[in-house]
Amino acid sequence: MSIPSNLLYSKDHEWVRTEDNKIIVGITAFAQEELGDIVFVELPEVGQNITANESFGSVESVKTVSDLIAPVSGTVLEINEELSDQPELVNESPYEKAWMIVIEPSDLSELESLLNAEQYEQHIQ
Amino acid sequence: MSLKRTPLFDVYKKYGGKTIDFGGWELPVQFSSIKEEHIAVRERAGLFDVSHMGEILIKGEQSLSFLQSILTNDISKLTPGKIIYTLMCYENGTVVDDLLVYMLGIEEYLLVVNASNTEKDYEWINSKKIENVTIENVSSDWAQLAIQGPASIEIIEKLTGISSDEIKYFTFLDEVDIKGIQVLLSRTGYTGEDGYEIYCQSFEAKKLWEALMDEGEEYGLIPCGLGARDTLRFEVKYPLYGQEITDEITPLEAGLNFAVKLQKEDFIGKSSLLAQKESGIPRKLVGIEMIDNGIPRHGYEIFVGDVKIGHVTTGTQVPSTKRNVGLALINVDFSEIGTPLEVVIRNKKLRAEVVQTPFYKR
Repeated sequence: MSIPSNLLYSKDHEWVRTEDNKIIVGITAFAQEELGDIVFVELPEVGQNITANESFGSVESVKTVSDLIAPVSGTVLEINEELSDQPELVNESPYEKAWMIVIEPSDLSELESLLNAEQYEQHIQ
Repeated sequence: MSLKRTPLFDVYKKYGGKTIDFGGWELPVQFSSIKEEHIAVRERAGLFDVSHMGEILIKGEQSLSFLQSILTNDISKLTPGKIIYTLMCYENGTVVDDLLVYMLGIEEYLLVVNASNTEKDYEWINSKKIENVTIENVSSDWAQLAIQGPASIEIIEKLTGISSDEIKYFTFLDEVDIKGIQVLLSRTGYTGEDGYEIYCQSFEAKKLWEALMDEGEEYGLIPCGLGARDTLRFEVKYPLYGQEITDEITPLEAGLNFAVKLQKEDFIGKSSLLAQKESGIPRKLVGIEMIDNGIPRHGYEIFVGDVKIGHVTTGTQVPSTKRNVGLALINVDFSEIGTPLEVVIRNKKLRAEVVQTPFYKR
């Protein structure tokens, strides 16, 4: 199971990458594996404010619907439009092509409560 | 409470099965992926462990008239070796369960019922028991495998020497030998594809699974889980208890009239169903397809304007066609093909319309 060491993780199986004070969010390889074939991804609108530990969208597999839980609070700057036509990217490339949203974080200290790769690995065992 | 397991539980891991709690049973939802498994069954073949299904044996001089009194279909049509699909109803016409009846011999019938209903059914049947009938829950003695898909015909012919001409749809052969295992071979299934359901004694289930997998490999046979079983049955509009049929839905509303013989002698639920038929059936099970982007799911509400007209019973994105479709039980006044309606998905009303069913035809 791939858990890149340069990312942070939430207990709800989102990954977080920091880039120039922006935060990029997606779901982990473990999460997509558990969900199975992803057939639908619903993301927020650009400009929307999202709150840490609350739903910012949803991801649906053939069988189930799961909430996407925001790892940090902030304003949505960008969403990955490709996922609406190619939700299967979440299965194929969860950490790269299937990034979901870019956020301008409102409180960087929220990053401190996230897990590093090693802690996340323990979390999913 | 710990989850129940079938005799094949140990085999799941070997094939990468991912298990979930399915009505108290720890069963594989998928092996490779629901999509792959769905398509394999449509194009080649898939093998399912359905040992969780319940089996109830009815014997005795009065067994036929007893079954006639508790089941909606006409059981007198059966001869030994034949199978019939039927509903079992409450007095008010709603559904206790749907099941298959196998006529094993004179005065001997096997009822195959839904796993999660086995205890309820057994108690219900017992409560209606008449003299000179015995009722036995033999569920744990039996394992059941389903091999489904076009290639399953050849796989079974190779293993048994029995061609599909010798065993017509909805008939079975008993005491068939598969690699030294005695099985009951039944030309039935829950996928809308050709295939067989195979019953054996529980202790031989693993051996039977491996025999089928070995022989089937060259035909592209793959193990399949309950996820694909659900999308396959949904695509051909086979009802699932708890969704399309429940103790709040009658078989007439669910469009299962073919299995309800209102002209036969009295049976439990008959008068209510007759009355419903005469006064007009208020709801209808229809197909819906999303126009807006979204996937309908079990339980989602359906509106026309401000009026709630029904709910989604099953919905998904069909793996083969990628259509976002559902089955829905709605007010009959809105059931015509093409009728626009709205499905409430995460507090938003999204546009959909009534479409033809089934979503797939062989």
